[in-house]
Amino acid sequence: MRHTITTLVGKSVRQVARLRGDGSALPGLVVEHIDPQFVARTLAKLSRGVVLITGTNGKTTTTKMVTALLESQGLRVFTNPTGSNFTRGVAAAIVGAANRRGIIDADIAVLELDEAYAVHFVRAVQPSYCLLLNVMRDQLDRFGEIDKTADLLHIVAERTTRGIIINRDDPRLGASSFRDSLVAPIVTYGVAPKLAALFPSDDNLRGSSLSATQPTTVNDVCLESLYDHTATIRYGTSFHEITLQLDGIYNVQNAVGAIATTRVVVGDALDEHAMLAALSRVTPAFGRGETIAVDGIDYQLILVKNPAGFRLGIKSFESSGHEIMIAINDNYADGRDMSWLWDVDFEELQSIAVVTGIRAYDMALRLQYDNVAVGRIEPSITQAFTVLRALPGGKPRRIYCTYTAMLALRKELAKYAAVGRIS
Amino acid sequence: MSVRPIKILQLYPRDMNIYGDWGNTLTLKRRLEWRGYTVDLLSYNPGDTFPTDIDLIVGGGGQDSGQTKIGNDLIGIGPTLRQLADEGVPMLVICGLYQQFGHFFKTKDGTIIEGIGLLDIETTGGDARMIGNIVTSSDDFGDIVGYENHSGVTTLGPKAQPLGRVIVGAGNNGDDHTEGARYKYVIGTYLHGSLLPKNPAIADWLIEHAVMHAGGSYLPTTVDDTLAQHARDIAKKRPR
Repeated sequence: MRHTITTLVGKSVRQVARLRGDGSALPGLVVEHIDPQFVARTLAKLSRGVVLITGTNGKTTTTKMVTALLESQGLRVFTNPTGSNFTRGVAAAIVGAANRRGIIDADIAVLELDEAYAVHFVRAVQPSYCLLLNVMRDQLDRFGEIDKTADLLHIVAERTTRGIIINRDDPRLGASSFRDSLVAPIVTYGVAPKLAALFPSDDNLRGSSLSATQPTTVNDVCLESLYDHTATIRYGTSFHEITLQLDGIYNVQNAVGAIATTRVVVGDALDEHAMLAALSRVTPAFGRGETIAVDGIDYQLILVKNPAGFRLGIKSFESSGHEIMIAINDNYADGRDMSWLWDVDFEELQSIAVVTGIRAYDMALRLQYDNVAVGRIEPSITQAFTVLRALPGGKPRRIYCTYTAMLALRKELAKYAAVGRIS
Repeated sequence: MSVRPIKILQLYPRDMNIYGDWGNTLTLKRRLEWRGYTVDLLSYNPGDTFPTDIDLIVGGGGQDSGQTKIGNDLIGIGPTLRQLADEGVPMLVICGLYQQFGHFFKTKDGTIIEGIGLLDIETTGGDARMIGNIVTSSDDFGDIVGYENHSGVTTLGPKAQPLGRVIVGAGNNGDDHTEGARYKYVIGTYLHGSLLPKNPAIADWLIEHAVMHAGGSYLPTTVDDTLAQHARDIAKKRPR
């Protein structure tokens, strides 16, 4: 009875919030408040349990991939595809997806959670599986040190019951000390040693040696080679070539993690052909390289939130032939500390058309020290977007943006084009 | 300006580089280059031979694991660093290395990490993380803006003078309004963000003494600091 009431209250709040154009988390907040066990109770009814995906970079797109791959195996998947990766985001997604009695029509949940919230979550809900992507410098103002973030992921792994999927190339997650004391079976994924240079971790930033590891178990899934969008992935004794629609080297690494996860969840019943076909159809999640056309010109949004992500974002996309804008905010969700901008090298960008956001001048200052020319500095994102639109010539636009800057930019884009709703 | 290349040494860049510390090194390098000096950028990591004729030393912050890794090595080069400081070599150390340039760092569980005692400061691990935007004020450098993120509580002895007086933020210990410490041309501070790009007055002071150490005379041709000024103004208005 309580479950039904909570669901109905949540749904009403959701409707009101939507009418007012409010953010997606409010119904979750209300539900958590009136019924703290709501999320755990709902998820406990799923026959295949919960897959929890966490780590610093790549959560949203990887969640999208794992969801698509599991669906290709005939599973009905509940997910929180919005990047609202706090527990109340999960509660809000459940409210949206559940029927009036609070039951979700699904076999399994695939959830992305922010590292700190993942720990909070696993105290209430033990995941059947977890996929641990990486530990990078990110919002040190919230998490403190990266070693501490690795400790958070260890707690998640400890609480996991059926399978732990680990990126073995991450210096902290791949360490044998991380695996000690874990009970659930561990499966690893990663890249072949010769590809390691494409995936620098923060520890390689200032001269540590590269850290690609050799596969350690027979269950390992490994990226063997990568040419343009075509990857060769090995698992078991077989090699599989697959062409991806996703840009960005990091997305390929995450695709390997998604395969490893799918193999663990589905087991012997795996339909390989369907899995690989589904993977080749996955498109980027919002703000992760998605492209939106306005007046016949493509605007590509690339979310950047930490040095590793920004470096990979620059490395992964050819910069010539584009008008580039960088949008840096320092709201809570972006991280307040601007230090991270100094751990990214911008020299290869050569010139930037527009710099915007609350911390536009911090960004412009950063570019000054890399001798990169800046066309215009305009802290207001609304006005900066107008400047970007008005640039002569039909070059495609590429925008590197922090999280809240991306939300603001999508609002601007929505004035001129159909932009998928984030909710 | 027929001075030899200015030699900048980064201390432990492999293990101590956590909060955009590269920004400080880059700022020193560029501001020298923009003024026509040649820069020789060197790194010192544990076990290396300590280079000679260094004009300027920069060191950053690290995680606890990084601080432990370099601890013994730092003790080994401590006498050299103290001698260089007394000879007038300017140095900038941030956060973790700031603490280890002091007498000791006593962690929360009671472990004592010895420092080199170059700065007359002591640090103990605290319960609260002092975190957020910070503004301090200094007679020599004007307002200093940055970001602090530490749980170490630092107190100054009589031989250290504070770098700044806290206007907004916690500073050395959240208590006596001091931030950072100075001894001769050595500056230790908790501020990153990075410190030097947004505080060019400190960068130029370090550079001036580095150039003098290299046998040159400092010619303060101007660098356009308009962007830094705007960035400072905005940083001061942001929530902690």
